[in-house]
Amino acid sequence: MRRVYMDNNATTPIHPEVMEVLKESLDLYGNASSHHSFGTEAREKVEEARASVARLIGAQPEEIVFNSGGSEGNNYVVKGVTCEGRACSISSRGNHIITSSIEHPSVLNVAKCVESLGVEVTYLPVDQYGLIDPDGVEKAVKDNTCLISIMFGNNEVGTIEPIEEIAEIAKRHDILFHTDAVQAVGKIPVDVNKLGVDFLTLSGHKIYGPKGVGALYVRKGRKICPLIEGGHQEMSLRAGTENTLGIIGLGKAAEVAAKEMPGERKRLTALRDGLYEGLAARVEETRLNGHPTQRLPGTANIGFKYVEGESILLRLDMEGIAVSTGSACTSDSLEPSHVLLAMGIPPEEAHGSMRFSLGRENTDEDVDYVLEKLPPIVQDLRQMSPLYAKK
Amino acid sequence: MQYSAKVLEHFRNPRNMGQIEDPDGVGEVGNPICGDVMKLYVKIDDEKIADVKFETFGCAAAIATSSMVTEMVMGKPIDEALKISARAVAQALDGLPPIKMHCSNLAADALKAAIKDYRSKKSAAAASK
Ligand SMILES: Cc1ncc(COP(=O)(O)O)c(C=O)c1O
Ligand SMILES: [Zn+2]
Repeated sequence: MRRVYMDNNATTPIHPEVMEVLKESLDLYGNASSHHSFGTEAREKVEEARASVARLIGAQPEEIVFNSGGSEGNNYVVKGVTCEGRACSISSRGNHIITSSIEHPSVLNVAKCVESLGVEVTYLPVDQYGLIDPDGVEKAVKDNTCLISIMFGNNEVGTIEPIEEIAEIAKRHDILFHTDAVQAVGKIPVDVNKLGVDFLTLSGHKIYGPKGVGALYVRKGRKICPLIEGGHQEMSLRAGTENTLGIIGLGKAAEVAAKEMPGERKRLTALRDGLYEGLAARVEETRLNGHPTQRLPGTANIGFKYVEGESILLRLDMEGIAVSTGSACTSDSLEPSHVLLAMGIPPEEAHGSMRFSLGRENTDEDVDYVLEKLPPIVQDLRQMSPLYAKK
Repeated sequence: MQYSAKVLEHFRNPRNMGQIEDPDGVGEVGNPICGDVMKLYVKIDDEKIADVKFETFGCAAAIATSSMVTEMVMGKPIDEALKISARAVAQALDGLPPIKMHCSNLAADALKAAIKDYRSKKSAAAASK
């Protein structure tokens, strides 16, 4: 059976070039902090990787802190800037943070956590496209605001937020600004200086690199309490013996992403639009969730009225097609996606929304295959649905 | 989440799906906001379930339990059908993931609602005679 993977926002396959360097590096076992040849061999590779990651986002190598991925980066910033609500030299700036209602759980749940520890949190709303209004950010600023954290590209609907404008507001008020760019890095141009961000989170496994490795960009001079204290690794900002293999893989993934991005961005945007237009032409009462144009190249979140997402997901899986749903029944929670609800999409329609996230391995033939298989599945399930007025 | 082979089979090939033209009872439970709605139609003959059909908006567990419940009650006397519990439906499907148990409640509830509807219609008809 044909297999079509369209769940690249969940994770991506390892790029062949990354796989190559990973294989070559398997026996590089020295501790990068050791002062013998085994250690320096590892150190060289780690620093090469740091330079590649820095180049991808226009940073200096010494501003890159390797860690275990996107969740850690986000936890680090939200907990580190607020010092988890404790009185501490860094939190003297204040104890109010601003974030949005559509963040990844690794920001939202951390915000809730520090909120319970006494930090004040503002969760900004979004419009029907999932966009955050910079004026709303400005209005939410208070004398004690110490951090603004707004995601770059939303993982569920792909909407790209006006990061540059929001960072400008933060700068004007002397507030630290963080962006969770896990879904944006490697897909669209990201330059920390052009954007004016203080912290930026990225993750290896979303850019055809290994899982369990990522990086946090920390602008020179910005102070933050480490999440993991211990040895002096990563400029004392993140203790623990370096994950050499993971870091090497991430470095290579960053290098390849910089090279392939312009072409892939164009190609995936066309594929994504072809997929949505094809489905809209074949299946009535479909809707595109997310911004029509200001959106990640490979992401199309599409709602099919009168049917439930998990049923579509499973039927597609039976045809070898892998997608995801923000709907209740697949995840462990029974609530529909918080992102779709924040966009004002009615819960019953949020339940029938599917996320297609395309990546470098997807082709025109993959899109054609989905266009062939999906419409009859939706039709079948609608015939079964008491909400659908049969014709 | 792992579904049993039996759940997947009923999900893929649901039995007794559709509407009954002139039903003796209809039961509808759940709501679209929670993501599951089940509608059960019954035809009663001599206090037995002569025919039963379902329509379901919901996840695979909801569809499979709807299908299974129709199979279990087809041809059964009403009183016996009413004794079928959500658990029995889930067991007949070789189990459901714990977070999906609420879906099997819905199937048993829809059946009870359909029979209740039949009985209230019947007693209303008797009263008007
Ligand atoms: C926007 C966003 N932030 C953070 C994460 C978490 O990244 P990781 O899986 O590397 O912890 C993800 C991935 O699920 C994501 O999509
Ligand atoms: Zn369900």
